This record gives sequence, C-alpha cells and structure tokens, in this order.
Amino acid sequence: MNVDWASFSPWPALAGGVLIGLAATLLALANGRVAGISGIIGGLLRPSLPDALWRAAFVAGLVVAPIAYVILSPAPEIIIDAGYPTLIVAGFVVGIGTRYGAGCTSGHGVCGLSRLSPRSLVATLVFMAAGFATVFLTRHIFSL
Amino acid sequence: MYLFCAFLAGLVFGLGLIVSGMASPAKVLGFLDLAGRWDPSLALVMAGAIAVGAIGFAIAVRRPLTLLHTPMLMPTTRTIDRRLIVGSLLFGIGWGLAGFCPGPALVALGAGYLKALMFVAAMIVGMLAFDRIEERRIQPVAQAASVRAGAME
Repeated sequence: MNVDWASFSPWPALAGGVLIGLAATLLALANGRVAGISGIIGGLLRPSLPDALWRAAFVAGLVVAPIAYVILSPAPEIIIDAGYPTLIVAGFVVGIGTRYGAGCTSGHGVCGLSRLSPRSLVATLVFMAAGFATVFLTRHIFSL
Repeated sequence: MYLFCAFLAGLVFGLGLIVSGMASPAKVLGFLDLAGRWDPSLALVMAGAIAVGAIGFAIAVRRPLTLLHTPMLMPTTRTIDRRLIVGSLLFGIGWGLAGFCPGPALVALGAGYLKALMFVAAMIVGMLAFDRIEERRIQPVAQAASVRAGAME
C-alpha cells in the first residue's frame, strides 16, 4: 500500500471528526434524533411529515456552514473533479441507494457505529467496499 | 430551542466536514483509492466522530426523554435484509463515482458550487423515485388489506 503522506492530514481529520461526533450527540440529546443526513432530507421530501421543521433547520445549518467558516478562515478547498454527467448519475444512485438502504455515511457510518448497531456495521462495510471497488474500476481498470 | 438545536447540530456537523477536509470529493476519493496514492484521513474522521458519538449515544439511549423533554426517537429497525445490502451497495457505487455523499454535497452547495447543486438535484430525484417505487410496492398490499377488511364487515 502506497500512502499519500503529503495529503494525509491526521489532526484536521480527527478534529473535524470530533465536531461531527459532537453534532450527532447534540441532535441525539436535544432532539432525540439520529443525524442521518439522507434520512433527514428524505423526510423533507414527504410534506405530510409533521417534523419537517427540525429537518429543515438541520439542513439549513449544513448549508450555512461554509458561510460561517469563511468568517474565521480562508474559504475551504473543495475540489470536484467529476463532470456533470457523472455527478448526475452518482447523485441519482446515491439518492435511491441511501433511501433503500436507510442511511449513508452519517446515519449508518457515524451514528450507527456509535450506537453499536450490527445493521449499520453491515451497511457501512457494504458501502465502503462498493466505494473502494468503484474507484478501483474507474481509476485503474477503465481509467475514466 | 428545539429548532435552534437542530440548526446548531447541522452547522457543527457541516463545520466538522469542512475542517476534516471531507467536504471536498477529491479528499474522499483519495481515501477510496486503495490502489493509488492512499489518503487515510477519512478513517480518522470516522474514528474521531465515533469516539465522541459513542459517548453521546450511550447517554441518549438510557434516557426516555431528551434534554428538551421531547421523546427520544432512536432507530428500532434491526433487520439485516436485502434492502439494506442492495441500498448500501448502490450508495457506495454513487459515492465512489463522484466522491460525494449527502452531507458534503449540501456543504459544497452552500459554498456555491454549481456541480454540488447538480449532484443534490439528482440525489433528490433519486429519493423521489424511491418514494414512488415504495408507494407502488405498498399500495397493492394496503388495497388488498382494505378489501379484506371490507369483506369482513
């Protein structure tokens, strides 16, 4: 295995992870909810749900985060190499997949593993493996 | 207060994604590319988040009510079925294609990236498609049930 030491950023990664853990803890202790982002968005798309307000508030916080961040620091580096057709296909598949599998990196990966849920462990292992396989195929086999 | 806490949780979550570098698909793909020049950062993001979250959820699951005296609504599903596997498989493929999962895509959208907007729009279409498929799957069952209930009356 060839580690990219120049890109590896252990301290910001850990610090950011701690913030994510604190956010999930706050939503659990104050709102009684799991910070699963695909589920929160999915619930917003069903207007009959009475709890649309807290979902909208959480999503607003996420969207506002980069604006709050630039008050204190230079703009974050966000590099999106994928082209539009790839982004559209990927977005659609992520949308269906996360709803069908009832969770994504946040709901299953962070919250589910924190709750020691075997179901979330299986989901996390499956989407990690699928992610590894997809990048292997696109970068090293088909060189897209 | 209930809504403010939800907003604050979203804000801190988003800041965590930015600080950790995970708002950038290139950084995420660096982790998913095991055969290339591998960037292990995402593993440490998960480790940090789970270390803190494990304490938070351990406290949360022991409480019948939240700190704001509302019901504690933690997931109760425990089944490991085909839906979980197929759904997670599809999600992982999409994640590997663009390097975006739902949270970072919303953060990048807030940072003003048109590409993130396209991803989020397509993701919402995918979620709506899921709802449609679910309606079709559930409705015939519900209709059959109501017919049966009618016959019993």
